[in-house]
Amino acid sequence: MKAIGMILAGGQNNRMQELSSKRAVAAMPVAGSYRCVDFALSNMTNSHINTVAVLTQYNARSLHEHLNSSKWWNFGRKQGGLYIFTPTVTENNSWWYRGTADAMYQNIDFLRRSHEPYVIIATGDCVYKLDYNKVLDYHISKKADITVVYKKLPKDADVSRFGVLRMNEDSRVTEFEEKPMVALSNTVSTGIYVIRRRQLIEMLELCAHEGRHDFVVDILIRYKNMKRIYGYELTDYWNNISTVDAYYKTNMDFLQPEVRHYFGQDPQIFSKIADLPPAKYNGGSKVHNSLISSGCIINSTVDNSVLFKKVFVGKNCTIKNSIILNDVYIGDNTHIENCIVESRGTLGSNAYFSGGDGVKVVYERNDRYVI
Amino acid sequence: MIRKEMIAMLLAGGQGSRLGVLTSDVAKPAVAFGGKYRIIDFPLSNCINSGIDTVGVLTQYQPLKLNKHIGIGIPWDLDRNGGGVTVLPPHEKSHGSEWYSGTANAIFQNMDYMESYDPEYVLILSGDHIYKMDYEVMLDFHKENNAAVTIASMPVPLEEASRFGVVITDKDKRITEFEEKPENPRSNLASMGIYIFSWPVLKEALLAQQDVSGCDFGKHIIPYCHEKEQRLFAYEFNGYWKDVGTLGSYWEANMELIDLIPEFNLYEEYWKIYTRSDIIASQYISADSEIERSIIGEGTEIHGKVFGSVIGAGVVIGEGATIKDSIIMAGTSIGKNTIIDKSIIADNSSVGDNVKMGVGVDVPSKLKADVYAFGLVTVGEDTVIPSDVTIGKNTAIAGVTEASDYKDGELASGEYIIKAGDQV
Repeated sequence: MKAIGMILAGGQNNRMQELSSKRAVAAMPVAGSYRCVDFALSNMTNSHINTVAVLTQYNARSLHEHLNSSKWWNFGRKQGGLYIFTPTVTENNSWWYRGTADAMYQNIDFLRRSHEPYVIIATGDCVYKLDYNKVLDYHISKKADITVVYKKLPKDADVSRFGVLRMNEDSRVTEFEEKPMVALSNTVSTGIYVIRRRQLIEMLELCAHEGRHDFVVDILIRYKNMKRIYGYELTDYWNNISTVDAYYKTNMDFLQPEVRHYFGQDPQIFSKIADLPPAKYNGGSKVHNSLISSGCIINSTVDNSVLFKKVFVGKNCTIKNSIILNDVYIGDNTHIENCIVESRGTLGSNAYFSGGDGVKVVYERNDRYVI
Repeated sequence: MIRKEMIAMLLAGGQGSRLGVLTSDVAKPAVAFGGKYRIIDFPLSNCINSGIDTVGVLTQYQPLKLNKHIGIGIPWDLDRNGGGVTVLPPHEKSHGSEWYSGTANAIFQNMDYMESYDPEYVLILSGDHIYKMDYEVMLDFHKENNAAVTIASMPVPLEEASRFGVVITDKDKRITEFEEKPENPRSNLASMGIYIFSWPVLKEALLAQQDVSGCDFGKHIIPYCHEKEQRLFAYEFNGYWKDVGTLGSYWEANMELIDLIPEFNLYEEYWKIYTRSDIIASQYISADSEIERSIIGEGTEIHGKVFGSVIGAGVVIGEGATIKDSIIMAGTSIGKNTIIDKSIIADNSSVGDNVKMGVGVDVPSKLKADVYAFGLVTVGEDTVIPSDVTIGKNTAIAGVTEASDYKDGELASGEYIIKAGDQV
């Protein structure tokens, strides 16, 4: 194999309201049955990358729980494997990861000791499918120093939370702006990079020496005129989930057959197995245009919604245009519309929740009586 | 090697011929059950939930699917250093090679496997029952009574007792008599085919009976132990236990899962049933669907109506189709406007558009009246059924069928089309 993988999954995020107060964005449940990091991990394993490190920091517990065994992604191997790197205190360092470049620099021994010539860097907060070998082939054919995978967003998309780039006719990156107030284009970086391992080590060392810590600002932007940085276009589905609206939209996208079938076909997306029984529909259930996951028990109406695993819906409820995360209990006669209900919630009977024109995050912790 | 207190030997070699075309290419323990499971998942999960981490699975009849399903035992946490799950097929020996000729003979042929763990107790299980049981409690009972053999048994209606091995006990639950399928049962305590043997007792009995052809636990080993005046005890089990040996009981056991609060509850927290699931994605229910009283597996897409049915993983139900009181197994697709009533359709089959299945009068099957009964339509795995045909009751279909196979577009009740597998 020609590359190792690094998945950056440690960043803090305050655009997801309560949803990320207890968990890393990479651990956010997606499309009923997955966690967001499953997409990057499955892409790695489907690209035959044997050695992958996940760098975690902020709210890492739920992510670590999800990654507690590497076998679900086929990484339980003697050759290679799945590595989880959380900041540790050492003789020379007592810092947290101060940025993406610093996170990699603090694990530079991992990079040094690998023998694969290339590194694939990805993030844990995007939903997409990509054969990284295609990017690697492109990288080699362009004789690039760094290849950035980019996505052209629709004209009206808000790009202020992305890195925005502009390229010449040869796809060489000429301009790169991180989180611009006024964007120069709607072409955004997906946070997926290919770089030669020795080149990365060299750049990270120099960065650290100069007290710089961010991969985008201190490496990509600083080096863009000196090094050959190329763009590779991702034309298929790609979404970053790290705002409430984007998260809501990404999940709702899976109600469309094109999106669902695209992710359903091979190569498949792997995830930790939950060992839940099949979903059960009792008398009185009326389910339309919805995704339902294993372990659910449904007794009433669910419309245009995504129900994650082990959701119980009581009698005479109406759930509409909503996302109900894992292990939520909904009592009888409760109405939920345009909401995201946080996992392990217990919603009482006769309750009413509505996001109005927007999306409301519901975080309810009532007592649950289980027979 | 760490010594194991108790190891399990799981008999999974039987064909289960009364399941008709469902088992023409797979062993009965590998038949799908309850929307995502296979029958063998129940004893395997019981083992790991009871703290037994060493299980030998004895296979013989059509083992491919079973082997694939078991793999190295990951779904049941039976991938172990030392122990875990081992598939034990019949094998050639330097002198005399033979198939497994009976339940006890199969165990006898794997004496080396058991000896390598030098256990104190051996648990004998069969791979074709649906139940949840804590074998550790049974082992405690065995130890308390200082028993040589403990037979799990459950009370059944007296009129049904003649189908089973029946035990007669004294007030201390010690077995005083044992009758295999008696005409006039004197007790309603039926043997469930689950035994705990103290290892020296089992070893001695197997060696003593090694020349008996078709050596069987119920017919030979238990009577032998009884004759030797060993301490035989009956452990009474009062939970749900179902032998899914016939199409009728198989269909019924599936349908029982649909009840509002089923007697056999898969949704309990503390006794999970594990299985290998290749499909992870959630299921999709379209805007025009109607679903009530059904259970549905992962990755399935429903565009029609489903009532009172058990649908497996990765199934596609077309627009306008109606599925009622039926079992549809993994990977099968049902065409548009097809109506399916009281049918069992095995894995990876394909049913065309506008098919009417399970209609007409209830006449006995011309193929095997005792197998294809109960008014059911039974469709084997990898079967193709063309569009616009009508299929009657007590019918059996297996293999790729074409419109020309259906006279006037119809398969009358009691008829059959078998184009694949052994004719059963």
